[in-house]
Amino acid sequence: MNINMTLIGQSITFAMFVWFCMKFVWPPIVTALEARKKFIADGLAAGDRGKHELELAAKRAKETLLEGKIKAAEIIAQAEKRASQLVEEAKGIGKIEGDRMVLAAKAEIEQETHRAREALRGEVAALVVAGAAKLLRREINAQVHADLLEAIKNEL
Amino acid sequence: MSAEAHTSTEYIKHHLQNLTFGQLPAGYQRGDGETLSVGTWTLAHTAKEAKDMGFMAINVDTMGFSVLLGALFLFFFHRASVLATKSAANVVPGGWVNFVEWVVEFVDSSVKGSFTSRNPMVAPLALTIFIWIFLMNAMDLLPIDWLPRLAGLSGLPFMKVVVSTDPNATFGMSLTVFALVLYYSVKMKGLGGFVGELTLQPFGKWGMPANLLLEGVNLIAKPVSLALRLFGNMYAGEMIFILIAIMFSGGAVMMLTGGVLQWAWAVFHILIITLQAFIFMTLTIVYLDMAHQEHH
Repeated sequence: MNINMTLIGQSITFAMFVWFCMKFVWPPIVTALEARKKFIADGLAAGDRGKHELELAAKRAKETLLEGKIKAAEIIAQAEKRASQLVEEAKGIGKIEGDRMVLAAKAEIEQETHRAREALRGEVAALVVAGAAKLLRREINAQVHADLLEAIKNEL
Repeated sequence: MSAEAHTSTEYIKHHLQNLTFGQLPAGYQRGDGETLSVGTWTLAHTAKEAKDMGFMAINVDTMGFSVLLGALFLFFFHRASVLATKSAANVVPGGWVNFVEWVVEFVDSSVKGSFTSRNPMVAPLALTIFIWIFLMNAMDLLPIDWLPRLAGLSGLPFMKVVVSTDPNATFGMSLTVFALVLYYSVKMKGLGGFVGELTLQPFGKWGMPANLLLEGVNLIAKPVSLALRLFGNMYAGEMIFILIAIMFSGGAVMMLTGGVLQWAWAVFHILIITLQAFIFMTLTIVYLDMAHQEHH
């Protein structure tokens, strides 16, 4: 337990160790710790950001879905309206066409009737003339009494 | 027990003697009766020889173990710092790196808690003190006869394993700390400020001699208390280990008791060595903080 040169040797050794520690041990460890701290903080922040973005995206998706639904409903309603319109239109057109056809048929019938009547009249006139000619034979000349025959034919 | 030590007293004395290398003067009669014709540089073979070598001698064991432990500390911590730098960005740190980072953060928080100025030297200084003293103290957890016995077998007369039981080691550290305290006191406050601090309080300028006495004692007490606290604790602890070790020669019952006691004391000592290292570190930080402050 004598105090001797060891005292000075220890002081120098100690100072050298402190110097080495200050130069080569402490700064890199502290720097590394800071770097890791920052890395972890960044990672956590990125995680938070990702979560937030996910939430936003989910919200956006929901909105888009809702919008789509509304639009679809609108389109369906429009289509239904148009369909009923078309049906109505078709109904109208059909009715007009039908009326027209009925009218045409009626006109044709009338014409046919008229024509048949004309033909019948002619034949009857011919029959009358033939009958009268048979009865009158000589007295009646077809050419002389044409206007008379025509009048009779018109009366029939 | 060592081969050369036959009584308890001799055993204890042998364990408390450092392996000292120094010069013995011409005409000196050595422990074995041999008289030196010329001055000789040699290892002291007795406590008296070590004493007679005076100041120009060196405790080989103290220097050897402290340098070895300090180098171990710096080597492994430096390795950890390299690994930590490599792994900082993307790799999960391994066990050793984690441990070192934990220690560093612990020391860093201690420094941040007690040291209010800015000085990049204080934290590494605190780390060095903490780990180095811890390792030097931890040497006393080795069974106390192992290394001295090994040294004895290889021809070395003494071997004191626990560095911090050598006052040279503790005073060497505390004086270095004291030198730093003086340096930063003068650097921060100026020579006038520092002298003023020593002489102008607490009683004002008319009480200058009393002030100087009080503040001087206060100042000197710092390195002395630092060194003696560590030395005293470790010396006392080592003494208990030695006394317990003596019990081993007292028969089966004593041996069993000694074994239990040694184990219990070693467990308790784990606390002591850590605590002493921590106290030395914390007080160093506090003293340096006081040196940096204008008023206190």
